[in-house]
Amino acid sequence: MSDAKAANGATSAAVIELQGVHKWYGEFHVLRDINLQVQKGEKVVVCGPSGSGKSTMIRCINRLEEHQQGRIVVAGIELTSDLKNIEATRREVGMVFQQFNLFPHLTVLQNLTLAPVWVRKLPKKEAEETARYYLERVRIPDQADKYPGQLSGGQQQRVAIARSLCMKPEIMLFDEPTSALDPEMIKEVLDVMVGLAEEGMTMVCVTHEMGFARTVADMMVFMDRGEVIERAPPKDFFSNPKSDRTRAFLSQILAH
Amino acid sequence: MTDIAQDIPVARPAPPRRSTGVFGWLRANLFNSVFNSILTLIAVALIVVSVPPIVRWALIDAIWRAPNGQACHGGGACWAFIGEKFRFILFGRYPLDEQWRPAAVIFVFAAMIASACFRPLWGRRLAIIWFVGMSAVFLLMAGGLPGMRRVETALWSGLPLTLILAVVGMLFGFPLGVLLALGRRSRLPAVRAICVGYIELVRGVPLITVLFMASLMLPLFLPAGMTIDKLLRAQIAIILFAAAYLAEVVRGGLQAIPKGQVEAADALGLSYFQRTRLIVLPQALAMVIPPLVNSFIGMFKDTSLVIIVSLFDLLGATGFALTDANWQGFAVEAYVFIALIYWAFCFFMSRYSQVLEREFNRGKRR
Repeated sequence: MSDAKAANGATSAAVIELQGVHKWYGEFHVLRDINLQVQKGEKVVVCGPSGSGKSTMIRCINRLEEHQQGRIVVAGIELTSDLKNIEATRREVGMVFQQFNLFPHLTVLQNLTLAPVWVRKLPKKEAEETARYYLERVRIPDQADKYPGQLSGGQQQRVAIARSLCMKPEIMLFDEPTSALDPEMIKEVLDVMVGLAEEGMTMVCVTHEMGFARTVADMMVFMDRGEVIERAPPKDFFSNPKSDRTRAFLSQILAH
Repeated sequence: MTDIAQDIPVARPAPPRRSTGVFGWLRANLFNSVFNSILTLIAVALIVVSVPPIVRWALIDAIWRAPNGQACHGGGACWAFIGEKFRFILFGRYPLDEQWRPAAVIFVFAAMIASACFRPLWGRRLAIIWFVGMSAVFLLMAGGLPGMRRVETALWSGLPLTLILAVVGMLFGFPLGVLLALGRRSRLPAVRAICVGYIELVRGVPLITVLFMASLMLPLFLPAGMTIDKLLRAQIAIILFAAAYLAEVVRGGLQAIPKGQVEAADALGLSYFQRTRLIVLPQALAMVIPPLVNSFIGMFKDTSLVIIVSLFDLLGATGFALTDANWQGFAVEAYVFIALIYWAFCFFMSRYSQVLEREFNRGKRR
């Protein structure tokens, strides 16, 4: 703990800090010396070709993946194999998945109140009020009693965002939140994310939605083959990328 | 859209005549191909050949009342034998003048089962009902209260014994099986090894040998004078067996849960136990209801193996009833009778499993 506090002091307001993080899957080196700081309220968009390690990196931040070298400090807590620390971190970090991962055996409302009731120990009534507030926010207040399987993909993803928000997290992680959606549903999810960003939420998003990135990102991070290749504010990143690899990547995804 | 369409009167062409009505149904279901037509004819022939003799034996030529076995041998079934022996078949060697107690036990079981079918009771209230019910069962069987003679477990027999062995076997075997299944998927190698070892060992040995060993060999290892109740030994053997089989069924369900479910639960900060109880098990168990009930039905019938340690369950008591010198040669009637009892319970379980499936898979319906 003293280590964690020291790290916190050294980097002022950084709520996420990765220092020299490495990870291997067997022989395969997925993350190579990742260094990244995210300040409170900052919005970071991570992009890069598939297999570049961006999902792995974001999943290390709430330790769905374990890193093998380096330090990760999130909300003042260093992630080690200590389960208490991991659970404490996860309470403060919301995550939205590509495949939504809603709990299909529970209604929308139950999905939203589960963690606040069991993890935060909120009274059920209070948790339900919060849940209805966030359902309103993601613009599906009338779906509370349906099961996830009865909703469209876009609606499911918005429920998933609301589910994370119900824990009142300090940080939100988005792991390709729109990649599994039909085109006409992407906008409804991105609108919700833009709204969140405008309210000052600290966000790390892995996404290919460059329009979204231009609108909300404070910082763009480009990853390739497990390395952070480039890091720049979006204006510079899109108009004047420094690395050839970034340029090649951007020309591919912006070509259409 | 459909509503609007229905509001507008339109002349619709009638469906072709041959596709509706009895004739249409026959065509569609029984004679829709040459092969099916042949199968239909064979089935009809089998029914014509087999049903009338059965009806004649079981009903028309049956003898319903007879003073003794000699008077009961005619062309048909001797249901008088069942009338004479049904108390022994149902209650076995339980003392005759106390047989209202096992009779009451059967009613208590029926009430417990009925309560499980009543949706609003599910949850804590059902658990309380079953706890009170099981306590009543044991109190009634064992006695010991004023006015109720103590009856030792060796005399418990017939249908109550079958129900006790099966129900207690399920009530304890199922949770133990769930724990074994979770243990087998644990990240701790020691826990995993113990669970795998246990499951493979128990599944690899016939129940009958374990029952036999428990009753003949266990006393040799125990200190002199120390005994464990025979019924208790058999019950423990059944529980341990049930647990090993159920564990593998449950594991099948656990494996079918997508990894994303666990990750989502983790990401919300749920602990292992919360995640398992709230997210993983409800989905895993709902998925394996059909094989679970399959195992339960098998278990229910396997309890009859306790005959090997001379406990007389429904089947054992029936075998005993057949040895009466005054009533010889009525095995078919006796076995048809208890087959109907076994069938009634197993059929109930199968129907109940369908209700559970519908109830727990609501989320999947669109």
